[in-house]
Parts: sequence; C-alpha cells; structure tokens
Amino acid sequence: MNPELINTLSEQELTAIDAELAHVPCKSAAAIDALKIVQEYRGWVSDDSLHAIARHLEMSADELEGIATFYNLVFRRPVGEQVILLCNSVSCWIKGCDKLQRTISRQLGIEMGETTTDKRYTLLPVSCLGDCDHAPAMMIGKTLHHDLTPESIVRLLAGD
Amino acid sequence: METPLTRNIAPGKPPTDMGAYEQNGGYQGLRRAMAELSPGDCLQLVQDSNLRGRGGAGFPTGMKWSFVPMEKATPGHKYLICNADEMEPGTFKDRLLMERDPHQLIEGMILAAYTIQADIAYVFIRAEYHTAAARLRQAIADCYAKGYLGENILGSGYRLDMLVHSSAGRYICGEETALISALEGKRANPRAKPPFPQVSGLWGRPTIVNNVETLCNITHIIERGADWFKSLGVGEDAGTKLFGVSGRVKNPGCWELPMGTPIRDIIEGCAGGMEDGYQLRGFLPGGGSTDFLVAQHLDLAMDYNVIGKAGSRMGTGTMIILDDRTCPVGMVKNLMDFFARESCGFCTPCRDGLPWTSQILDDIENGRGCSEDLASLENNIGFIGAMGNTHCALAPGAMEPLQSALKYFREDFERHLSADRCPYGEAN
Repeated sequence: MNPELINTLSEQELTAIDAELAHVPCKSAAAIDALKIVQEYRGWVSDDSLHAIARHLEMSADELEGIATFYNLVFRRPVGEQVILLCNSVSCWIKGCDKLQRTISRQLGIEMGETTTDKRYTLLPVSCLGDCDHAPAMMIGKTLHHDLTPESIVRLLAGD
Repeated sequence: METPLTRNIAPGKPPTDMGAYEQNGGYQGLRRAMAELSPGDCLQLVQDSNLRGRGGAGFPTGMKWSFVPMEKATPGHKYLICNADEMEPGTFKDRLLMERDPHQLIEGMILAAYTIQADIAYVFIRAEYHTAAARLRQAIADCYAKGYLGENILGSGYRLDMLVHSSAGRYICGEETALISALEGKRANPRAKPPFPQVSGLWGRPTIVNNVETLCNITHIIERGADWFKSLGVGEDAGTKLFGVSGRVKNPGCWELPMGTPIRDIIEGCAGGMEDGYQLRGFLPGGGSTDFLVAQHLDLAMDYNVIGKAGSRMGTGTMIILDDRTCPVGMVKNLMDFFARESCGFCTPCRDGLPWTSQILDDIENGRGCSEDLASLENNIGFIGAMGNTHCALAPGAMEPLQSALKYFREDFERHLSADRCPYGEAN
C-alpha cells in the first residue's frame, strides 16, 4: 500500500492510545488496546486503520496483523451496528443453542459469521459467557441476555 | 455455616460499593497487614491456610508465591495478575464475585501483591465482562481516593498501582503464560516452562497469576487466620468454594459451600435434582476440560484429591450435568469443537489433532462413523492427551471428557455406528 494513502488516526483515538502507552514499557505492548480503541470508534479494523495503528506503535503492519487476527473480538471485516455473540459452549448447547441459532438465522437471514444486508446485525459464536445457570445466553452489543427461548429471541430482535 | 466469599452477595442485593464493603468489615485485613504483618508473615499465613488455586489446577497458592525472589537487591518491577479471563465451558463463578463484590477481590489483590512485594497489579478480564470491568475500575478509583492504592498505602511505605486490562477474546488467554503474552500485546501463545512466571513472567520479571476466587480468599485468610480458614472445610481441603450446577436440573445456580461438600448435596440439594422427565447420566465436575463422573460418584466429597482419585479433576467446581435425553457423543463433540476452535495453533498435535478428533466425532454423531473410528479416537487420546506431547495443557484437557465418555458411555458410541443418524435426535 502506498504510504501516502494510509489514513491517520483521529484525535480521540490518539489520545486514548497514548493513555495506554503511559502504562507499558514499549509501544507494541499497547497493540491490542490500540486495536480495540480504533474498533470502538470505527466498528472494525480496516487495512488502512491497521497500517495507521502500526505506524503509530512503530511496529510492522504484518506483525500487527498477526495479533489482530489472533483475537476473535478484533474484527478485520466490517460488522453490523450490533454484534450478536451467541454462546455455543456446552451448557448452552444442552439447553438448545443450536435451535436458537436457527431462529436467528431464519429471522435475520444470516448464518454464523454473516452480516445482515441492512448492516444492522452480525452473528458470531462466543465462548461460554459465564451465565450457565441461565443458559442459553447471548450478548447483543454489550448487553447480556439469558434464559433465552426461540420466542424471546424473536421478540428481542424485532423489538430493538 | 460461614460463607465469607459471598457475605456481601445475595439475590436482589445491590453490588457492594466502598461504603457498604467497609461497613461490613471490609479492608480490615488490609489494615491489619499494613500495621502489623510483614510480607513474610502474610506468606506464612497463606501457606499455613492450605489454600489451593481455585482456577482449576488446584496448585497450593502459598507454595506458588514462595518461588518469587524476595531479594531487595534486584531492581525493577514485580507483578501480580488476577486471572479474570473466565471462559471454561460451564463456569460461572468469577463474574459473580467481580460484579457483586469488587472490593473483596481488590483487597485480596493488594494483600497478595504486598506479600510478593509487587508494585504493579493487573486484572486481566475477558472482553465480554463489561459490567464487571466497569465496577472494578470504579472500585479501584475509590481505593486510590482512600489511600488503599498508590503511594504509601495506609502509611506503610508500600506502594502499589492497579490497572484493569480488558482482553480481546480467546479461551487460551486463561492459561497463565498465554495471559502474560496477551498482556504484553502479543498473540496469546503459551510459553515453555521453565522459566516459571514466578521468576520470569511479564516483561521477564517475577509475576504471580492467580484466579479471581483464589484472590478473594486471601482477603479473609489475612484477616481471620489460617486455622479459621482450615476449619471451614468439611473434608481434606481448606476453606469454602463456589460450586455451581448447570444443565437439566430444577434449580441451576452457584453456591458457596465448604470444601469437601458431597457432590450429592450440591446436585440434589442446592440444585434441586433433575428436572422432571430427566435422569442423570453423568456430569463434568469442574468445567469442560474435566473427565465425566457418573451416579456411582455422587457421594464423593468435592476435594481436589478425592475427585482426582475418582479419575477426574475438581477443576473450577462448576458441574455440567449430562441427562438421559442429551446425546453423550453430541456433548463431547460440542466440547471438542470448542477446544479445536480455541487452540492457539502453536503446536501441531493441538492445532491439527483437535479438528481431526472433532471430525471423527462429527462422523459418528451423524451416522457416518465406522468401527475403526473408535480405535482412532483411542489413538488420538493416547497421543494428544499425554502431557509433554503438546505445548500446554489445552489439548490434554480437551481429551478428558472424551476419554471418560468412551469409558462410561461406550454403548452410545457403538449405537451411533450402527445407526444412520444420532439416536437421540437433536439437543432440545
């Protein structure tokens, strides 16, 4: 990529990243924080964003890409306004999370890993959310929902 | 029965803030330590208490701490890290402790850090625990304002800073050396041991990583002593523990009970037994990477060695129930899919062996299995499950539910081989 074409980071992003840099002994140590900060503002981490972060942290874009793609909650592809994190770990599986996944797929017209055409929702699997006594559980954005049934999911997705 | 870990936690009760925590005796352990206990005194108390790590491995906490070099001459930082990356399938105890009583954890962390003379403490918390992270950040700010954190804590001359690091996903971050890699901003690959983190951890400096529940116990051990703590257990092990039950029981939940409480009391007492229309087939005693136990084990005590002798591990102490209408092969396949997905990819037996095992289970579950598949599973268990063949404990842990399912539910695997689809139908 032509260096002239690389986007720069916004003032707010830089301020937040530099606040993290105050706590770490070398700039690359803030890589994950920086990726999360930029994602918070932009929804995902584009190639341009990745290059801008790498340049600010004085690391190679390849190295940062290796880190970004390791973590499942750093999004290297665009996601919808709301990310649905559906727990499919064992306690939720016993309580029927596969059925919930089919309900979501039917209602939103997306499979696991896909985004709705209106860009409202992305559906992703997530590791056990630590709410197993209220399984099955999922998160929409930053909100946890539990004791789910296909009916309650239909209401949740239609209502908000 | 005393329940120190949940004394500030009850259904419907608001989360405990600084005022409520102190009103109920909070920060007395910290006051005591800063006024009259040396780091060596604190270490002795924790060693004498017989506290064992509550994150799953059950390693004696005092012994772990004793490996930290204490010579004053070595300049540079020492670190205490709270492992709040709770992601073990079926485990739901640390979130409760952090959301409902964040100061209990912070007090335990300050005391632990003081004992090893760490000057920086981190809470490494999984990204999805937004509420817990926000409450911890607020509680930490309140501690700075009160002089419980920062320079010269309570006039003792001891200085500690505390930070919350919110992670970005991946189960492997809960492995302590992988967690350290993640905290350094790298891919969360586990590291070879030795050197152990106690000597060379975060940034090559002495580092202790302890689970949330372990650190919450420190608060009470320092305040009330080792003998009191040991007296809480009703079996071999000391203290209380948050035990949980999930699956098809009448009242799934999480309760603080004495160590050594019989499994039956937890499943049939606290959890109310099986839901109507369901029978117990087996259970994973402490999360997704522990071996199945069955009805004959119900009268065993939840103690590390007792569960170990029965062929499993107490793990996190949160049990997952297999009922008679859920397919054991499907349940093991769900767990194997999880571990295959969560492998960090560093070593071949785990990166390739777990998806391979998952595929075999998928074939069996969906009626495409053949008799050689069971031998392949046994072969993989022998190879991948053996400690030393893999870089860390993730893959051997993944083999635990499979190997015990083949032992206790073998007829189910065989029934699948002669059927063209799962005889149980789909999980409800």
